[in-house]
Amino acid sequence: MAQVLPDDRADVLYHSYDGGGVTINGPSLLARKKVTKDLSLSANYYVDSISSASIDVLSYASPYSEKRTEVSVGADYLLGDTILSAGFTSSDENDFKADTANFGVRQEIFGGLTSVSLGFAQGSDEIGQVTDPDFTRDADRRLYRMGVSQVVSKKFVMNLDFEAITDEGFLNNPYRQVRYETVGGSGFLWQPEIYPSTRTSSAFAVGGRYFLGEGSVVHGNARLYTDTWGIDAWNAKAGYTYIFRSKWLFDFSYRYYTQTAADFYSDLFPYVDAQNFLGRDKEISTFNDHSLRLDVTYDFPVEKWDFLKRGTLNLSYSYMLFSYDDFRNVLDGSPAGSEPLYDFNAGVVTLFVSVWF
Amino acid sequence: MQALLRVAVVAALVQLTACSNIEPWVKPYERANLATEEMSFDRNPVCESYMNHVFEAREGARGASGSAGGGCGCN
Repeated sequence: MAQVLPDDRADVLYHSYDGGGVTINGPSLLARKKVTKDLSLSANYYVDSISSASIDVLSYASPYSEKRTEVSVGADYLLGDTILSAGFTSSDENDFKADTANFGVRQEIFGGLTSVSLGFAQGSDEIGQVTDPDFTRDADRRLYRMGVSQVVSKKFVMNLDFEAITDEGFLNNPYRQVRYETVGGSGFLWQPEIYPSTRTSSAFAVGGRYFLGEGSVVHGNARLYTDTWGIDAWNAKAGYTYIFRSKWLFDFSYRYYTQTAADFYSDLFPYVDAQNFLGRDKEISTFNDHSLRLDVTYDFPVEKWDFLKRGTLNLSYSYMLFSYDDFRNVLDGSPAGSEPLYDFNAGVVTLFVSVWF
Repeated sequence: MQALLRVAVVAALVQLTACSNIEPWVKPYERANLATEEMSFDRNPVCESYMNHVFEAREGARGASGSAGGGCGCN
């Protein structure tokens, strides 16, 4: 198992997300090619076409549509048992621009039984606001990653990953609002959210795949997470991969995620400007989500095309259920603070063709 | 202090050199099962990158999931 560069391949993918009043879909195109025996180049073009009437939007704004385009380029260079990587990603929306540069090194040791990787990324965001052309804010991001991939036995491989991310700058969403109780009544009013200007997070993940027999594999992973905003989270996933008649691959998996709320989160603040920092994004509340996923891959014949080594047609479907413990459905119209807790489900589909050449 | 540091660096290098001589307990010819497609962690990078983005836009946690950053689309 000497180090090898990734295979030459191209992927054409269509993705669709539908849940909680939000639909997002679009294409993603990836091409990867070795230009010399030591150097592999890659490029990815990705689009999100977003149409949103989420509970946040309906609570204090109007439904909207927008488009996000992301372009990535990368290079991997093979040097003995080491792969050096560098890449650049640029994401563009009408009110948000993000550029990220990343660098990585992967080294094999112990006769190829262990692979150690280190990564660093530096990103900068430029945040705008469609309702105010003069509004511009910045945020910087640094990411440090370390990973180990280990062959444990003839049937078992595992991964360990650690990632620390630090942010500094304007970290909240310029449109999002928090609500506070009105004096002496059961009503509420809105004011803009205020987030801290720094955030540091640490995530540690472990994963493994175990070979049960020909074409039959169980896999799982788990992650622990903590950050300086007070969010503690963990998630775990278990799955089974099965190959049927050498042409079909099926993968079933279940994933569970849960988190605690940020220290400055409240569904309903007692009065205006109740704290230095104010947040009511459901993404920083206390909640859990369940996901069931099915992936199917079909190897289609490629003999007609001499330049192709292999081709697959792939479909992935996920059903997700999000349940919030302290985020209420304000659209219900009940007195403030007594509305039912919010929940929603979502369906995610990816349909893609992959070819190797 | 500098002498101590030098000793530590030399000791670390010796350890690393020693590591490279460790006999692999799973021989290369015993790794056929590990090289199959169903054992790959990264079978469909475009799809996995997208699914990681779906979760990161809706969950507070981030990192250690192999996702590339950029944008949100989460409001």
